Amino acid sequence: MIAEIGHAALWLAAALAVLQMASGALALRQSGEGGNFAVYARPAAVVQAFLAIIAFASLLYSFAITDLSVKLVATNSHSMKPFIYKLTGTWGNHEGSMLLWVAVLAASGGLLAFAERRLPERTMSATLAVQGFVAIGFYVFLLLSSNPFERLPVPAVEGIGLNPLLQDIGLAVHPPTLYVGYVGLSVAFSLAMGALITRQVNPNFAKVMRPWVLGAWVFLTLGITAGSYWAYYELGWGGWWFWDPVENASLMPWLAATALLHSVSVLAARDALRTWTIMLGVVAFSMSMLGTFLVRSGVLTSVHAFAVDPERGTLLLALLGLYIGGSLVIFAMRASSIAEGTRFTATSREGALVFNNVMLSAILAIVLLGTLYPLLTEAFDVRVSVGPPYYNPAGAIFAIPMFMVMAVGPLLRWKDDSPARIQPQLAILGSIALLIIALVVVLGDYPLLPILGLALAGALGVAALLPLKGRKLSRVPVATWGMVLAHFGVAVSLFGMASEGAFSQERLAAVAPGGVEQLGDWQIELTSVDPVSGPNWTAIEAQIAVSRAGAEPTILSPQARNFWAPAQATSESALLTTWDGQLYAVIGDAAGVGPDGQQRWQLRVWWKPFVTFIWYGGLLIALGGVVSIAGRVRVDLKQRKAARIRGERREDEAALAGEARGEPSGGPLPQPAE
Amino acid sequence: MITGDQPSMKSPLNRAWFWVPVALFVGFAVLAGFMLTQPKDQFVKSQMVGQPLPEFALRPATPDRPGVTIEHFRDGKPKLLNVWASWCLPCIAEAPHLEELQESGAEIIGIAIRDRPEDVTNFLNRYGNPYTRIGADDMSAIQLELGSSGVPETFVIDGEGRIVHQHIGDIRADDVPMLLAKLQEAR
Repeated sequence: MIAEIGHAALWLAAALAVLQMASGALALRQSGEGGNFAVYARPAAVVQAFLAIIAFASLLYSFAITDLSVKLVATNSHSMKPFIYKLTGTWGNHEGSMLLWVAVLAASGGLLAFAERRLPERTMSATLAVQGFVAIGFYVFLLLSSNPFERLPVPAVEGIGLNPLLQDIGLAVHPPTLYVGYVGLSVAFSLAMGALITRQVNPNFAKVMRPWVLGAWVFLTLGITAGSYWAYYELGWGGWWFWDPVENASLMPWLAATALLHSVSVLAARDALRTWTIMLGVVAFSMSMLGTFLVRSGVLTSVHAFAVDPERGTLLLALLGLYIGGSLVIFAMRASSIAEGTRFTATSREGALVFNNVMLSAILAIVLLGTLYPLLTEAFDVRVSVGPPYYNPAGAIFAIPMFMVMAVGPLLRWKDDSPARIQPQLAILGSIALLIIALVVVLGDYPLLPILGLALAGALGVAALLPLKGRKLSRVPVATWGMVLAHFGVAVSLFGMASEGAFSQERLAAVAPGGVEQLGDWQIELTSVDPVSGPNWTAIEAQIAVSRAGAEPTILSPQARNFWAPAQATSESALLTTWDGQLYAVIGDAAGVGPDGQQRWQLRVWWKPFVTFIWYGGLLIALGGVVSIAGRVRVDLKQRKAARIRGERREDEAALAGEARGEPSGGPLPQPAE
Repeated sequence: MITGDQPSMKSPLNRAWFWVPVALFVGFAVLAGFMLTQPKDQFVKSQMVGQPLPEFALRPATPDRPGVTIEHFRDGKPKLLNVWASWCLPCIAEAPHLEELQESGAEIIGIAIRDRPEDVTNFLNRYGNPYTRIGADDMSAIQLELGSSGVPETFVIDGEGRIVHQHIGDIRADDVPMLLAKLQEAR
């Protein structure tokens, strides 16, 4: 019954999306502000959001009670599974994750319709029409090819589990977070299209768009950070980024959103970069959809194996053609009609922002090319895998100048500035970078990119704080604090990456219980290896005593797990986090019997100095975004309150004037149109 | 003074630049569309195809049917070896097609993976029993030796106990004639 309610809610939501699009679009054809049809668009969006959330809640409920008559539950869950993973199983599969996608799309559309009152009604109508149009396509996709509520003719006796790799708390958070980010960009997309269609690309529009971009960007940042940490400890390979197509699918919208974020701020503050902002708004959401297509169609092979279905792929590709193709065509036709924005010189804050937007776009292009290249060569029957040897140097070509300009940009003035004015700061930053390079080169023989990364991280970390210098801290605008935090977070994260790249140490050995290995100043003793079992797995668990410089040893317990239903082996790494890094231990297969007749095991241990800073940095970046949103919303609320008070005062004055003329106050007033 | 992103708008050359993203996207769409039509081999083919079966002897998985040893595949008659489990959903889907194969004269020997006798009996009572013998493989040991990575999988074995063909996934209605033909060929 619950599943049927969810299914019905989904159909009703789809119908409301049609109403939303039609009323928004018809309102555009009428002259004047709004018109009769426009009144339906906002309520349709809000009710649609509720229905989509009801649909998702129904599926969540079916998974929670393990309703095995629902096909999706039977194929992806198991009655014996821990409760929390029953719930996360809701979105750990194709249909459920698409339903989550659509629910977030509807929810953000509903929130936009409910809360946003600053735009001209015509632009708002166009925006809601676009949002409805996008939603329709994904409802059709869900209902026709990926119905999550399909029943089995005969209920299954038992479910067939969930990919054991996905039975992890990391999965409980990172995909939904990413989805909110992905789909939150749909609002930026709809606003950009709405502004383009109604020719309202101006600072006012940018101010409306900015919090949406910021919000989506915060979620993307958190999702990528969490996803990277999840892959790091769950896959047991010791790496934190694998340039896997699915990871790239989350990185590309983030790169576009980061560029969009800066561009929309310039448009709001300085009325420049109009075309850029619209273009990036289209590209950011296009990358979200492209990522969804690449992940969900199975057209690319990935360690994140998802079900392959050419019919779904074709339908998704058709949607992509409609939305990305359509919006790019509208952009190409309309872009030349966007009036020129305010001018500025190359050495100004706008100039630095434009430069970095170009760099971000170039990195985006490199990641996109690397992700799609295997697709291209496979068309000619050559299987290739594009990995770090391509991404790292190619990305660095653009990332290094970007970090340099990022250090300097916030120190420049708007519109026009001279490099001579900030010469002392430039000298400080330059000498910090050179000092770090000299120090590292003296210390030992390290690869080039990590050395440059360390130098840039040091300079950037100082540069990020410079905008606060010489200002009274209590009077610094909240949004500036946001920028400082986020930029400092980038420096922290870059430091973690570079340190991991330069200073990591690894030890792989066949060890019998009682054996001792040395890694850097760590002493690692394999004390025992025992079988253990959990609710749906069996494992061998190693007990490893690790200690540094004679301190009390800590016990780490990595496992090699075997799941049943479905049968799969995974490696559970064990981590020891200290303030200056992480010790990462993995137990492998039995490695034969040693000369002393004892069973030996493959033991793999890494020491990764400051690797945790990668994710601390990610959190700081996201925190900067949150602070920025808080600052903007506070200013906005203040302005609204001021406007309301002004309005009330005007009304009071009018009423007073009316009374003076002897007219009755509070007569029938014309109702303002929505 | 430069204009940042606003190159002089009216020149046709600049206007042409705005169409570049459209062209790139069309190129991608054509490529992706083509690749979607290409069959994609995602399954792990067993290296054992063409090889003789490994030595094994399995106890009965249910009281209703005897167990299986390698000798049962060496009696000169080609057979199907169906790797399945009572907890496996696609196995329910393929049950009617296994019956169909059996009615067409194929002899089917089953290996039940990580199963309990009462579950196996329940499954067979509910979805039919096309098997002449069913062995129990409690630790997936024989499954792995066969080079099978999941359930259900069906192997065509010739009269000398050699693996001739591997079918991965559930048997669908249109796979039945193909499997019967493979059995004929194996004679």
